[in-house]
Amino acid sequence: MALKIAVLAKQVLDPEMPMAAFRIDGDARRVVPPANIPPVVNGFDENAVEAALRIKDEQEATVTVISTGSEFALDVMKKPLSMGADELVLLQDDSFDNTIDSFVTAQLLAAAIRKLEGFDLIICGRQASDWDNAQVPLGVAEILGVSCISLGKKVDVVDGKAVVERIVPDGYQVVEAELPALVTVSNELGQPRYPTLRGIMAATRKRPTVWSKADLEMDESQSGSRIALRQLFIPVSDQECEIVEGDDAAESGRLLALKLREAKII
Amino acid sequence: MADSTGVLVVGQISGDVLDSTAAELLTAGQSVAGALGEELSIALLGDSVDAAGQQAIAHGADRVYAVTNPLLAEYQADLYLAALDALCRDANPRIVLVARTAEGRELAPRLAFRLGVGLAQDCLEVSVDESSKTLLANRPVYGGNAIAVVSCEHTPQIAAIRPKAYEPTEPDSSRQGQVVSFPVELDASQVRTRVVETVKEESEGVKLEEARVVVSGGRGLGGPEPFAGLEDLAKLLGGAVGASRAAVDSGWVPASYQVGLTGKAITPDLYITVAISGASQHMAGCSGAKCIVAINKDAAANIFKEARYGVVGDWETVIPALTEAVRELVDN
Repeated sequence: MALKIAVLAKQVLDPEMPMAAFRIDGDARRVVPPANIPPVVNGFDENAVEAALRIKDEQEATVTVISTGSEFALDVMKKPLSMGADELVLLQDDSFDNTIDSFVTAQLLAAAIRKLEGFDLIICGRQASDWDNAQVPLGVAEILGVSCISLGKKVDVVDGKAVVERIVPDGYQVVEAELPALVTVSNELGQPRYPTLRGIMAATRKRPTVWSKADLEMDESQSGSRIALRQLFIPVSDQECEIVEGDDAAESGRLLALKLREAKII
Repeated sequence: MADSTGVLVVGQISGDVLDSTAAELLTAGQSVAGALGEELSIALLGDSVDAAGQQAIAHGADRVYAVTNPLLAEYQADLYLAALDALCRDANPRIVLVARTAEGRELAPRLAFRLGVGLAQDCLEVSVDESSKTLLANRPVYGGNAIAVVSCEHTPQIAAIRPKAYEPTEPDSSRQGQVVSFPVELDASQVRTRVVETVKEESEGVKLEEARVVVSGGRGLGGPEPFAGLEDLAKLLGGAVGASRAAVDSGWVPASYQVGLTGKAITPDLYITVAISGASQHMAGCSGAKCIVAINKDAAANIFKEARYGVVGDWETVIPALTEAVRELVDN
């Protein structure tokens, strides 16, 4: 039987956008998306797609990408398909805010996974570059009651087990878990593959499955918000930088050393 | 949950002693518990936690929950989670504080989901609204471009606090506190993951998180070789070498060198950044540095907005000259 893999992926504001383009509507407590900078698939989620595809390179597997949000740029969200994923499922509803409240987002994704009759392996990016909550994947594992391994840099499935090289502060551990399992991955996994021309053509023809709130069976007691956003603002830095400047770069380097000694820092 | 009261800190133990992150949480916990006029407790998990318990009391805990079971001798997420879940249901705290360490990154979200409550992640500062007894948490979002103030809608209100955001208080060994034994029933069958092998990858010498001086290199170095020059400078200053995520992603140095949001959080007295642009994701790992020095050839780089001293110039010239001058100063 083909291994059934899900990848949870999120559409985010481009984290590489210039800071000048970053604007906040403080009264509405939200970020104003810049008009001319398209969103992207969260970077760590692209690592997750790559991890799934590496497994699919080695054994028979299907890869389904699931995302939730209130609005999608379809060409952006089709990127995992053009990299080689098989299916795209979008949970789209005006009420699906996917930034502040990870609890609600995880409930939606878990409901979709149940509707899709579960997966052997669920791979997710470690966190999203907008709110850096790093909790939706772990929450999905808790809701579904599956084993959970976080911060993988290598993910394999061997003899019905997930085998993961997991990053720890002073190196890594090799960790095993029975399937079904959920694994989060980090950038240490390596560069995601580029879409091929054939992949892009195939993705153009594929249509995502789109489900709204009415299509998902939610436990009402678990669907209320858990986090409230009170304020959102841009911090001001009052740091003044003293530029140390000599006649040339070498002189500047020497003067810097003297400056640090003068300030009793070295 | 009704009748919940008090602040519970989840304390980490290293070896036999209280981890510095636990002492930091006690500082945050004292201010929150003080504002509420309620007790400050700490949960310590292990097979025996006596020494760490006394240290926790000296650092401000009113009560220590000694959560013990032989299976808790080593950290294992599934078991630690089951133990914390049991304690939270029994002790019924109003607020729970967890450090966003490697362990806390796993435990805090899973605990919140198990209890059916929200979690304020990656907080730099916590306070309370005294009338509603609500925890208010300040946390950076959008890579530090914005700060969000969030609160939890259910009890317990859980916050994960960024390491080094608070400083430990001086321990007072005359402080008195209560130690409550909380043995938990655990079963090895609750373990869902198994560690097959552990591989150490850390560089020799001073540990990055503990170094008083850190010299980090970024994308602008262009390859792995220049890191040898940074090593020389760091060694002269008794420090350690770090890197930006770009340098790690390029494979120039191991992942354990990474400073930043998804790497290590450091708080050296002196942080010298070399050819690092200073993206907010990097700054998230070094915002606690006392003095940041920027060496970058791009005068418009963001790092100069964060640094105390800067040199606009090519590292290839600046670093050897700086190293030589430092050598002379250190030798004298």
